[in-house]
Amino acid sequence: MQKLINWIDERFPLIETFEYHMSKYYAPKNFNFWYYFGVLSIVVLVIQIITGIFLTMHYKPDTGLAFASVEYIMRDVEWGWLIRYMHSTGASLFFVVVYLHMYRGVIYGSYRKPRELLWIIGVIIFIALMAEAFMGYLLPWGNMSYWGAQVIISLFDAIPGIGPVLAEWVRGDFVVSDATLNRFFAFHVIALPLVLIVLVFLHLVALHAVGSNNPDGVEIKKNKDENGIPRDGIAFHPYYTVKDIVGVVVFLMVFSAIMFFAPEMGGLFLEHDNFNPANILQTPPEIVPLWYFTPYYSILRATTASFLPILTGAVFLVALLAILDTRDMKKRMVFAGIAVVLAFGLLSGLIEAKVWGVILMGASLVVLFFLSWLDQSPVKSIRYRGWIYKLALALFIVAFILLGYLGMKPASGINVILAQAGTVVYFLFFFLMPFYTKWDKTKPVPERVTS
Amino acid sequence: MKKLLITVMLALAPAMVYAAGGSGAKLDHVKVDLSDQASLQNGAKIFVNYCLSCHSASYMRYNRMAKDIGLTEEQLAEHMGFITDDKGKFKSGALMKATIGADEAKAAFNTVPPDLSVISRARGADWFYTYMRSFYIDEKTPSGWNNVVFPNVSMPHVLWSWQGTNRAVFKTDDHGVKHFEGFEVVKPGSMTDKEFDKSMQDLTAFMVYMGEPARLVRFQLGVYVLIFLAFFGVFAYLLKKNYWKDVH
Repeated sequence: MQKLINWIDERFPLIETFEYHMSKYYAPKNFNFWYYFGVLSIVVLVIQIITGIFLTMHYKPDTGLAFASVEYIMRDVEWGWLIRYMHSTGASLFFVVVYLHMYRGVIYGSYRKPRELLWIIGVIIFIALMAEAFMGYLLPWGNMSYWGAQVIISLFDAIPGIGPVLAEWVRGDFVVSDATLNRFFAFHVIALPLVLIVLVFLHLVALHAVGSNNPDGVEIKKNKDENGIPRDGIAFHPYYTVKDIVGVVVFLMVFSAIMFFAPEMGGLFLEHDNFNPANILQTPPEIVPLWYFTPYYSILRATTASFLPILTGAVFLVALLAILDTRDMKKRMVFAGIAVVLAFGLLSGLIEAKVWGVILMGASLVVLFFLSWLDQSPVKSIRYRGWIYKLALALFIVAFILLGYLGMKPASGINVILAQAGTVVYFLFFFLMPFYTKWDKTKPVPERVTS
Repeated sequence: MKKLLITVMLALAPAMVYAAGGSGAKLDHVKVDLSDQASLQNGAKIFVNYCLSCHSASYMRYNRMAKDIGLTEEQLAEHMGFITDDKGKFKSGALMKATIGADEAKAAFNTVPPDLSVISRARGADWFYTYMRSFYIDEKTPSGWNNVVFPNVSMPHVLWSWQGTNRAVFKTDDHGVKHFEGFEVVKPGSMTDKEFDKSMQDLTAFMVYMGEPARLVRFQLGVYVLIFLAFFGVFAYLLKKNYWKDVH
C-alpha cells in the first residue's frame, strides 16, 4: 500500500494535496451547529448528481412522454420511486441547507475581508442553483411545471426592446414547448451541474486559501504557535471529518423522515397541481413557484404602480443618509444624481411597474454581491455587534419569511401591502447597512476564540 | 400564433374555471387504510367494472395491481380475461386502458375523460370521496347530472343505481350567491347511504393506492432506515467524542 502511494506521489501531489486540504488544514476549534451546512450542501449535491444519473436513464425529455415516464419511474422501475423521491426531496433540502449556510455567513460576518471572493463565488453558486432548480422543475411536465416556466420565461418580455425576442430565444418557440423541454433537460443534466461542480471546487479552493471564519469572527491565523499552526485551529481531518459524519447522519435522518413519510410535504415539495399533466388550455387556479423561489416571486408581484412612489421615498432616504455621511462634495453630487435618475425612472411612467418588478427581483439577488462592502462594522460576528444590527437582522429575517409565505398566496388585498412592506425591509436591510453598522455600538472582540 | 393562442385561451376561460373544478364546496373527510386488502380489492372491482369503461389508468399495469392488492395471476386471468395483447392472447402485464376510445368519448361527452392514475394525488382523497357522493339531477346539463364539488362536470352519475337519485337544494343569499344546502332524495338506490359511503371509501382507498403504489412499502422501509441511521449515529457520535478528547 505504501509503495503504491509512493508510486502515485512521485507522479501526482497526492500527499501534499491531502495535507493541504485535510490533515494540515487548520479550522477554528469553535465551530457550532451552523457550520454543518457547508458539508451538508456537498452531501446533497452528491445525492442529486447520483440520483439524477439514474433518473436520466429512464426519463424521456419529450412532451408526449415526459409525464408518463416519471410515472413509469414511480411504478415500473425497480426502486425508481425511491430514486425519484430522493431527487425531489433533495432539491428542496438543497435550498434549505444553502439558505442556512448563507445565514451562517451573514450572522458571523464570513463575507468580510479577506473572504469577499469566497462569498461572491457562493452567491454565484446560489444563482446557478436557482437556474438548475427552475429548469429541473419543468422536466416532470406537470401543469405547474408548464405554467411556472411560462410565467417566469415571460418575465424576459418585460425587458424593453429585445425582451420578446430574448424570451423566444430562451424557449426556442413562441410558447413553452417540446423545444423548451429538450433544452431545459440539456441544461439541467449537463450544463448547470458542470458549472455547479466547478464553482463548488473554486469555493473550496478560496476557502482553504483564506481559512474558515468562526462564530467569534476572530482570525485564528493571527495567532500561531512556534510550528506555524494556529493556536485555535485543529486539523480538519480527523477532527472535523468525524464531527461532520455525526451531522451528516442527523441530516440523513431528517431527509429520510421527509422522503419516506411525507415526500410531498403537504404540497410544498411536490405540488398537487403538478400531478396533472401539462395542459396548454388549462391554467392552474394559482400559479406558484416552489417554496424556495417564493420570496423573490413575492418581490416581483409586490411591485405595482402604487408601490413606485414608496420606492422613490426609500431611494431618497438612502441618498440623504449617503450625502450626510460624506463631506466630499463630488460624492454628494454623485449620490444626489443617482437618486434623481432613479426617482425619474420610477415616477415618470417611462418604465412600467412590471419592468420594475423584474428589476427589483434581479436586484434582490445582485445586492448580495456587495454585502462585503455594505457592512462597515468594525466587528464581524453578531456576538460582538450592538442592538441596531440585531434589530435590522431580525426585521430582515421576518421580511424574508413573510415574503416567502406570501409568494404562495394569492396576490390580493392585504397580501400585496404586506409583500410591499417586506420588499422595503428586504432592500433597506442592505442599503442602510453602511450607516447602521457604523452607528451601532460594538463590543470588544477577544484575542482568541471562545469555547 | 401567439395572438391566436391568447384569443383561444380567453374564449375558453369560463370553461377552464369549470375544468379546474374549483367550487369551494366543503369536503368530507375519508379514512384511507391501505393495509386493508379487502377494501382495496373491492375498490379495484368497482374501478375496473365502472370507471375503466371510460377512464384509463394508463400508468398502471394489471399484474402489478393484482400483486399489490393480494390477487394471484390465476385470479386475475379468471376475473379479467378481457386483458389481451394485439393477438388476443391474455396479457397480465397490460396497462389499464379505457374500453372506450378517445374519439368515441369525445363524441359522447364532448371531452376526453382524464386519465385517473394519479388523480388522487392531484385532487386529494377527500375531494375524490366527496365528489363521488355529490352527484344530483339537473335537467339543464346535457347528461342530466351535475355535481356540487365539480359544477357542470361532463361525467354522469355512473353509480346512480347504487346511490339512487338526489336533488340538490341551493339557497341564494343577500348577495345573490348560491349556497349548497343539502340533498333531497328523489329515488332511493339499491344501497343504503352507509353501504354506498363504504363502497366509495373502498374506491377512494384504491385510487390512493393507484396514485402511488410505493405507499404500500415506503412507510415500513422508512422505519428501518431511521432505525439504522439512529444506530449508526450513536457510533458516529462516540467516535467523534473519542477523537475530540484532546481538544480544549
